[in-house]
Amino acid sequence: MTAQPALTVSNIRKAYAGIEVLKGISLDAHEGDVISILGASGSGKSTFLRCINLLETPDAGVVTVAGETIEMRPRRGGGQEPANMRQVDRIRTELGMVFQNFNLWSHMTILQNLIEGPVHVLHRPRAECVAEAEALLEKVGIADKRDFYPAHLSGGQQQRAAIARALAMKPKVLLFDEPTSALDPELVGEVLRVLRALAEEGRTMLVVTHEMGFARTVSNRVVFLHQGLVEADGTPDQVFGELKSDRFRQFVSGLHA
Amino acid sequence: MDFAFIADTMRQLLAVTPLTVELWFLSIVIGGVLACFLTWARVGGVMVLERFAAGYIFVFRGSPLLIQTFLLYYGLSQFPEVRQSFVWPVLRESFNSAVISLALCTAGYTAEIFRGGLMAVPGREIEAGRAIGMSRLTLFRRIIAPIALRQALPAYSTEIVLMMKATALASLVTVWEVTGVAQRIISHSYRTFEVFLCAASIYLVLNFIVIRAMGYLEYRVSPHLRARPKSILPGAVPEHAASPIQLPEVPQ
Repeated sequence: MTAQPALTVSNIRKAYAGIEVLKGISLDAHEGDVISILGASGSGKSTFLRCINLLETPDAGVVTVAGETIEMRPRRGGGQEPANMRQVDRIRTELGMVFQNFNLWSHMTILQNLIEGPVHVLHRPRAECVAEAEALLEKVGIADKRDFYPAHLSGGQQQRAAIARALAMKPKVLLFDEPTSALDPELVGEVLRVLRALAEEGRTMLVVTHEMGFARTVSNRVVFLHQGLVEADGTPDQVFGELKSDRFRQFVSGLHA
Repeated sequence: MDFAFIADTMRQLLAVTPLTVELWFLSIVIGGVLACFLTWARVGGVMVLERFAAGYIFVFRGSPLLIQTFLLYYGLSQFPEVRQSFVWPVLRESFNSAVISLALCTAGYTAEIFRGGLMAVPGREIEAGRAIGMSRLTLFRRIIAPIALRQALPAYSTEIVLMMKATALASLVTVWEVTGVAQRIISHSYRTFEVFLCAASIYLVLNFIVIRAMGYLEYRVSPHLRARPKSILPGAVPEHAASPIQLPEVPQ
C-alpha cells in the first residue's frame, strides 16, 4: 500500500462565457476508493469529471495522477493550457473514461473497440490484447457479442462494452460520467451490477451518477456538488444519514418526489 | 441497320477506350491527392490556407470545365513566358493538358465531398479517442479518417462517374479518346446517330463497372450500418442470460 493518492485534484475552476461552472473543487482519491459524485443538473459534476482528463481544460487547478502532475502553462488571454500534450495523452491512458452515451467507435466491432487503445496507443502485441479483451467481454457478460457492431447492441450491452474498453487500457482510475443516464430503466441494473463488481475488485472509481442506491451501498465516499462547489463530502452514512446539508436534503427529496 | 458499319465503329471506339479510362484514372488520382491537401487547408484552422482553399473550390466549381480546359490548353500558350518555361513540354501535350484541367476541377468538388465526410464524424467518437490517450495523428488515422471516408463514399462515387463523362471534353483539345474518335468517324460518314449511340454505350458500360465497384466497396466497409446479424455463435444464449458473474442486485 502506498500512501500516495491515486488521484489528486485541487482547486479546479472552469467558466464558460464568463459564467463560473466550477468554483474551486478539490478531491483526493486513494487506491480502491469508489467516490460517487452527486449533484443537480447544472451543478458542474460532469464538467468536473471532464476536467480531470482534460477533455475540458480547467481555467485553474492541478491534476495529479499517481504522483505525476499534469503540466500546465498560462494561456494567452487568460486561463491555462496543457504544456505538453504527449504527457496529457499518456496520463489519459491511465484514466479510463466511460461516457453517458457510450461513445463506442461505430465502424469497429466490439472486439476491435476493446483492442484499439491497447494496440494503437499502448503498442502492445495484438494477440495478447485480443486474449485480454475476450476475458473482459466475458467478465461484463457479452462475450457472444465480440464480432457485433455497436449499433447492433442494446444500450446496456453497449455501455458494458464501453466499460470493458476502458478496462482494456488497465487504467489506474476509472471515471464514469453518468453511465446509466442514457439507458432504458430495465437496462440500468445490468450496468450497475458491472460497476459494483468493479468496486468489489478494489478499483479506484469516480462515478458521476443519479443512482442513489448505488451511491449509498457501493461507494465508500459521496461528494455532493452544488453550484460549482463541494457542498457535502463524506461516507455515504455521513452524507445520507445525517443530511447535514439543507441543499442535499432538498436534492434527495426532489429525486423521490 | 448496317451492322458492318456499327461493328467497325465499335472496333475503332473500343481501340481508344483505354485512353478514356487513362484520362479518367489519372485525373481522379491526381485530383484526389490535390483534394486531400485542399481539405486539409480548408479545415486546418490556418486562416490564409482556409481562404485559399475556399477560393480555389469556388473558382473550380463555379466555372465551366470546358472553359477551364480551353484556358489551360489554348489560353496559356498565348504567353511567351509560358512557352519558354519548364512547364511547356508538359502543357504542350494535349493529353497532359486535359488530365491537368480535369484533375484541377475534380479536386475542388472532391475536397468539398471530403469536408462533408469530416463534418459528419460524430464528436462523441472523437472524444472517446482523445480520452483513451490517442495522439492527434492516431486519432485521425484510426477514427476520423475511416469514418469520414465511409461517409464520403456515396457522394464520391457520383463524382467519379461524372468525371468519366467529363473526359469527353478532352476531345475538344484534340485528344482522340472515345468522343473525339466518334466525331471523326461522323465527319466522314455523316451517321451521327449510330456512332454516338456506340460511344454512349461505351460510357454506360464503363460507368456500370465503376458504380458496381463502388457499391461493392461501400457494402464491404459498412457492415455496421446493416441489419444486425441473426446469430454469430451457433445457439447463442438469449440476452441478459449471458452474464457469467452472478452479482448481488443493487438496491434502487
